[in-house]
Amino acid sequence: MGEVVVVTSGKGGVGKTTTTAALGAALAAAGDTVCVIDFDVGLRNLDLVLGAERRVVFDFINVIQGHAKLTQALIRDKRLENLWLLPASQTRDKDALTEEGVEYVINDLRSRFDWVICDSPAGIERGAALAMRHADLAVVVSNPEVSSVRDSDRIIGLLDAKTERAERGEGIPKYLLLTRYNAARASRGDMMAVEDVLEILSIPLLGIIPESEEVLKASNVGSPVTLSNPASRPAVAYAEAARRLRGEDLGEVVVPVHKNGLFGKLFGRNAA
Amino acid sequence: MSVLNLFRKRNSASAARDRLQILLAHEKTSGPASALLFTLREEILAAIAKHVDVDQTKVNVNMKREETYSIVEIDFEVPEPLPVSRLRVAS
Repeated sequence: MGEVVVVTSGKGGVGKTTTTAALGAALAAAGDTVCVIDFDVGLRNLDLVLGAERRVVFDFINVIQGHAKLTQALIRDKRLENLWLLPASQTRDKDALTEEGVEYVINDLRSRFDWVICDSPAGIERGAALAMRHADLAVVVSNPEVSSVRDSDRIIGLLDAKTERAERGEGIPKYLLLTRYNAARASRGDMMAVEDVLEILSIPLLGIIPESEEVLKASNVGSPVTLSNPASRPAVAYAEAARRLRGEDLGEVVVPVHKNGLFGKLFGRNAA
Repeated sequence: MSVLNLFRKRNSASAARDRLQILLAHEKTSGPASALLFTLREEILAAIAKHVDVDQTKVNVNMKREETYSIVEIDFEVPEPLPVSRLRVAS
């Protein structure tokens, strides 16, 4: 049985879709079978970030309404044969995403794939609730910025109350992925420090993704950043987060430091 | 497209622009592609089913959108060899 992961945040624009694509591609490149699902009905974008937008025929809602078989709606990635996408509907009413339909699709995918990664819409409404509902594990994406951290705290509360695992009393493992981390600003004290965010949210850290122009370049060309430039800093950080998800013990997450700062000179690490 | 574009370096931003132009043009003009494809698939299958048995679970519809046209491929398995097993419908 595969693992169902929800990538969620509450706040929009923090990097959920980028993260879903990058983690999905990294897990698939490591040899696992992966299906990424776009839950953002009406505002789908995972297809665009993965470069599959011209190949969408059927979508999640078509499957739920019985107009297409699940296997017909799945789009196989052109670069990684283990990576598949279930696109959201762009035009239908988001109420078409029913609880029973989502449960059926997730259970079916869970039996076919090692990983089912649900890209949650922003907000705390129906779409976000359904995306997290059947998750075995949550990746909470946050920027080191007050409104993002506050919304992440809210989402953590919902994960502990509204998921199936929480309702069964099992609790749901939650991991923080800190994105758009700018080591230069952090070294000047202009950005919340990693330890501050961790203390506020009190969930374990999965990784720190440095702010980088590579992320924008990757979405421009429709490729997960782990594929478009695997040697880039965000790609390396995402690949490491994927290895942690696969259960590898990599020790503590290393906080990126700024190369022009005293710390960077002393320890020779590069900036974001 | 201006002459300047000819000299402009092919970078990721122009890839982004091209991809979005194609995507948005299709979304604005054609409405939900899936409704048309669903109808096409059902009617083509019904026509074929008059002559041969087609396993409904072994039908695949693929699509490739280009700037001025789309290619729809409907693949299905038939129990016995036929001269033509693939339909190609350009819309």
